[in-house]
Amino acid sequence: MTNDKLNKSEWPLWEVFIRSKAGLDHKHAGSLHAADAQMAIENARDVYTRRMEGVSIWVVESKHIQASDPDESGSMYDPANDKIYRHPTFYDLPDEVKYM
Amino acid sequence: MNLAYTLRLADDAMIIGHRLSEWCGHGPVLEQDIAVTNTALDHLGRARSLYQYAAKQFNAMPQEEKNQYFSSVALQSLVETGADIDEDDIAFLRDGWDYRNLLLLEQPNQDWAYTIARSFYYDTFNYLFFGAMQQNADSELAAIAEKSLKEVTYHLRWSSEWVIRLGDGTDESHQKMQTAINELWEFTGEMFTMDNTDMHAVQGGYGVDLNTIKPKWTDQIAAILHEATLTLPTATWMQEGGREGRHTEQLGYILTELQFMQRAYPGMEW
Repeated sequence: MTNDKLNKSEWPLWEVFIRSKAGLDHKHAGSLHAADAQMAIENARDVYTRRMEGVSIWVVESKHIQASDPDESGSMYDPANDKIYRHPTFYDLPDEVKYM
Repeated sequence: MNLAYTLRLADDAMIIGHRLSEWCGHGPVLEQDIAVTNTALDHLGRARSLYQYAAKQFNAMPQEEKNQYFSSVALQSLVETGADIDEDDIAFLRDGWDYRNLLLLEQPNQDWAYTIARSFYYDTFNYLFFGAMQQNADSELAAIAEKSLKEVTYHLRWSSEWVIRLGDGTDESHQKMQTAINELWEFTGEMFTMDNTDMHAVQGGYGVDLNTIKPKWTDQIAAILHEATLTLPTATWMQEGGREGRHTEQLGYILTELQFMQRAYPGMEW
């Protein structure tokens, strides 16, 4: 372990994803500081699952997340606004098909 | 009769739970503040289960025996009225000499390294103890052991990893961890002393033979300390007395804070 891992001001930030029950997706729950991945999982267990919120945890160091640029939101997202035909709302779904 | 045996396990859980709860709002980082407080609540939950079981056993005793059992005035005067007692009465109305927790667990938090070392010694013991107790002939104790073992398994992982992290960390963290390991060592012998209560419990089929878990405890402690680049203390003289109600001065401070409200305002609820 390198010395900087014990310096609290240099503990990196981690993003935490929690699966609330088997079969569902992991969802972003929040972030926390930890010296390494192992500690991040354990901190996430204590911070985000103590009220029975989860059955599985993913963590990823925040610096590894690549985010889209808010300044480009016009060209990125606006073109979808008038493409209503992309929604599957023009079909009659049988009752047996759930979660659509 | 498991009462004495149940009570000492309850007192262990109560006192370590209180000590760890003192970190609430004072943890070194937010995440560890929550972690250590979660752990405190696990211990407190086990204390409640055990005190409830102790109260049930106590209330079933003949009145003459009940009148002789405790020597704390506040609890005695309640018992002598013939009323049943409950978990809160046991926790809040006994004085230090009626508490039978291990001396290790009443030692102050001092710094993070002391807190970790104390938990590391106790969690390792607890893991082996409750593992053995699951096979208990007493179904109530066995059920408490089964629930506790899951919690204790996590406590042990947490405290062991901190020992390694600090021991194998910076020069300063290494030195602080080694100091805490050395200073608390003299309180570890008491965990394995088989007194009459333990002997009766083992003979009665509801107790754990501490001689069988001691070598496993020593091996486990040695392995983690080795990984942490720390030195296993070798001193053989050990402090004792908690199981007979002879405590260090530290317990008095804990009980003063813990019991103040119920002593000043008897029977108060909120």
